[in-house]
Amino acid sequence: MSDDSIVKEFVIECLEGLSQLDVDFVTLETAPDDNQILSRIFRNIHSVKGAAGFLAFQKLEALAHAGENVLGRLRDGNLKLTAERTTVLLAMVDAIREMLNQIDQTGKEGDGDYSALVHQLKEIYQVKEDTVIPAPLNAPAVNVESVEKTIAQAQATAVDSNIRVNVEVLDKLMNLVGELVLVRNQLCQSPEKNEDPQLGASYQRLNAITSELQEGIMKTRMQPVDNIFGKFPRIVRDLSSACGKKVHLEVSGRETELDRSVIEAIRDPLTHLIRNAIDHGIEKPDQRIAKGKSQEGTLQLKAYHEGGLVNIDIIDDGNGIDPDRVKNKAIEKGIVSSEEAEKMSELEAVRLIFKPGFSTAEQITNVSGRGVGMDVVKSNIENIGGLVEIDTVLGKGSAFKIKIPLTLAIIPAMIVRSHQNRFAIPMSSLVELLRVEKGQSIEMVHGAPVYRLRGQLLPLLYLDKELKLTQDVSFSKATNIVVLLVGDRHFGLVVDQIHDTQEVVVKPMGKQLKSVNVFSGATILGDGRVCLILDVINLAKRSQIVSEAAQRVERSGQNSHDVLSQEQMLVIAQSPGNGRLAIPFEYVARLEKFERTKTEKLGDRTVIQYRGKILPLISLTEILPERRSPERLEMAGGLPPDPELMDVVVFHHQKGSVGVVVDRIIDIVEQEVKDMSPSSRAGAKGCFILNDRVTEILDVDFIVDRGSLGAKGEVAI
Amino acid sequence: MKTQLSTFYLGPYFFGLDVKRVQEIIRFHEISPVPLAPPVISGLINLRGDIVTAIDLGLRLEIEEDRVIDKEMQMNVVIRTEENSVSLVVDRVGDIIEVEEGQYEKPPETLKGSAKELIVGTYKLEDRLLLLLDIDKIIQI
Repeated sequence: MSDDSIVKEFVIECLEGLSQLDVDFVTLETAPDDNQILSRIFRNIHSVKGAAGFLAFQKLEALAHAGENVLGRLRDGNLKLTAERTTVLLAMVDAIREMLNQIDQTGKEGDGDYSALVHQLKEIYQVKEDTVIPAPLNAPAVNVESVEKTIAQAQATAVDSNIRVNVEVLDKLMNLVGELVLVRNQLCQSPEKNEDPQLGASYQRLNAITSELQEGIMKTRMQPVDNIFGKFPRIVRDLSSACGKKVHLEVSGRETELDRSVIEAIRDPLTHLIRNAIDHGIEKPDQRIAKGKSQEGTLQLKAYHEGGLVNIDIIDDGNGIDPDRVKNKAIEKGIVSSEEAEKMSELEAVRLIFKPGFSTAEQITNVSGRGVGMDVVKSNIENIGGLVEIDTVLGKGSAFKIKIPLTLAIIPAMIVRSHQNRFAIPMSSLVELLRVEKGQSIEMVHGAPVYRLRGQLLPLLYLDKELKLTQDVSFSKATNIVVLLVGDRHFGLVVDQIHDTQEVVVKPMGKQLKSVNVFSGATILGDGRVCLILDVINLAKRSQIVSEAAQRVERSGQNSHDVLSQEQMLVIAQSPGNGRLAIPFEYVARLEKFERTKTEKLGDRTVIQYRGKILPLISLTEILPERRSPERLEMAGGLPPDPELMDVVVFHHQKGSVGVVVDRIIDIVEQEVKDMSPSSRAGAKGCFILNDRVTEILDVDFIVDRGSLGAKGEVAI
Repeated sequence: MKTQLSTFYLGPYFFGLDVKRVQEIIRFHEISPVPLAPPVISGLINLRGDIVTAIDLGLRLEIEEDRVIDKEMQMNVVIRTEENSVSLVVDRVGDIIEVEEGQYEKPPETLKGSAKELIVGTYKLEDRLLLLLDIDKIIQI
């Protein structure tokens, strides 16, 4: 082993020991008599000192030596651990870490001056404790020799059961195992193994071993979240004392395991959330007492598995987030206009903190509040396929919930085919698979295909058309639909064939393909061919049908229906005189085209036979009193109604069904109806501006009252 | 100082690039197309478990001359880059040629389109011209 590698090894080992020290010191403050912890700290510092002496790092050795002396007295019970002393000891840990990093980078200790710190430590060491606690009887009198012995033992066991492995080696192994799985899958498809029993048996064993190997390699990449959680007690302690606050940290689920890559990705976002909770969330002790809370704030950090995802909750019992303050700040910063803010729900307002350039700290502290916070947290989490939710009650506290996938490397996916191309759809966004039976069909809502799924209209995307795999523009045939969920919106993806589910190894695509954002990566299937993994969110964004969905998720999270209700689906129709009429989609059962010759008269009513029932028809001129002369209407322009077919919007209402004849159906939009002004005529609820056109909103109750066949509703034929 | 160039043909042209940048040359490999990708990208190749992006070098250099393309004969010149490997799909592979480093002339002014940017210079060999490619620019799409 060369000198360099000895030093590297030394640095890694020491740093590992130090990360444990941070946790230990903070625990020690609450349980100062825990001799086990003290001994562990002592051993750690002792081994740093020993190794530093051996490698001739004199400053490091001197510092560790001074620290060790103090720790020795603490452990022997003739010195008490106070907050100040802890601070000095922690400063020593930091100084040691600083030097180690220097050594790691330059091979030298650096020119930092630590004599003041050494002096402080020496002072503590020489303090005559007034209230000397007698050494516990069970604590054996320690001499250096016995310590050396325990260290030697501890090291021996550590070496026996653990070895350090370079992460690159693990990644390489992971790749090789992926290859092995592919070979196995190829073999599986060969018919010869069924003919030769010996080969068959060998194959069976290969199969079993490969699976086990794959699982084992996956496990090596998993790490407990404690690797990051371990840093937090120290951060919490430092921050809370810097802010003059008292915070008690409760951590649970340390053992929850996550893939290495995921752990790395959530480190910074979590740290930031914790900082925010202490800096902005938890109040100062006197404020807390004034509010009737305990003086000490509680910060909970929980990790647990739920629904195939790992959840990490950061909950504080502080002041919560004040939506009004957030709104004001956002207006001040020009993130939203005051009109927009006016209409926001509380949750929506709270979520403004995720906007870039937002910071609510009244005073910019050195802890947090530089305005580069929450938006980065959110985007970092989303980059690894996770999401962040906020739950906050003003005066009671806030909870940030992060949901992240277990691993980024292997995901379960559904393999589908469209025009000879296979694609993988991550199971996480897949809701169900539909097979369109004969007799059911794809219906068109003004150029947009929809499918009627248990009474709900499901907008459809044709994968081949979205990916431009075909020139065909008709939407006629569809047999296999994959129902996907993006945010809170469902949509159906029409594919040619649905294969099976597989665990696929996600491999990144080259940067040359960055522009193609509908694929999140690629994988290699059993036959050795490359298969692209669909990025469902971007696919949905790309298509116009659900273009709003992703933004809405961003704005409102998953469970904010109050926000959703502001935007509604509207059927836009042309009314006589090239007017625009919006019909709330929720009442619309179907959009139909009827031949004009098929209508019949029933008394003074126009009706049509529709699905074995009599459907009364009502024309817009009947319900919307027209004040303009026929000539004026003619001049208004617009496309004339189709002479043979009429566009009919069919309503189902508890009072009955009715079909409203419109000039033509123009579009279906999703729109927030705002700034509605009263309408001048009955039959319309009001009007608003949609795409620069004044648009009336149909009063559905009024129409159904007027149009349906009285209380009996539909009359069976 | 001598330097070695790995050479290949596209239509009537003879190209070369620094042999040290070439990871390997493989025979025709099944290419999975990537929908919506720029046309110069032929698709993705499974190279022993790694996903490699294949670039249609003919399209990239905007070679308009008629090329008799025999898909089965085409070769993949796999280039090592910092992040991942990229494969250049060429018509035919030539020998490794030793040339005097830097002894090339500026590319002809008459070069058209993207080739102007992507060709660094011309080596005058005895029997033909060898066009030296700027590989880093080629893989930037």
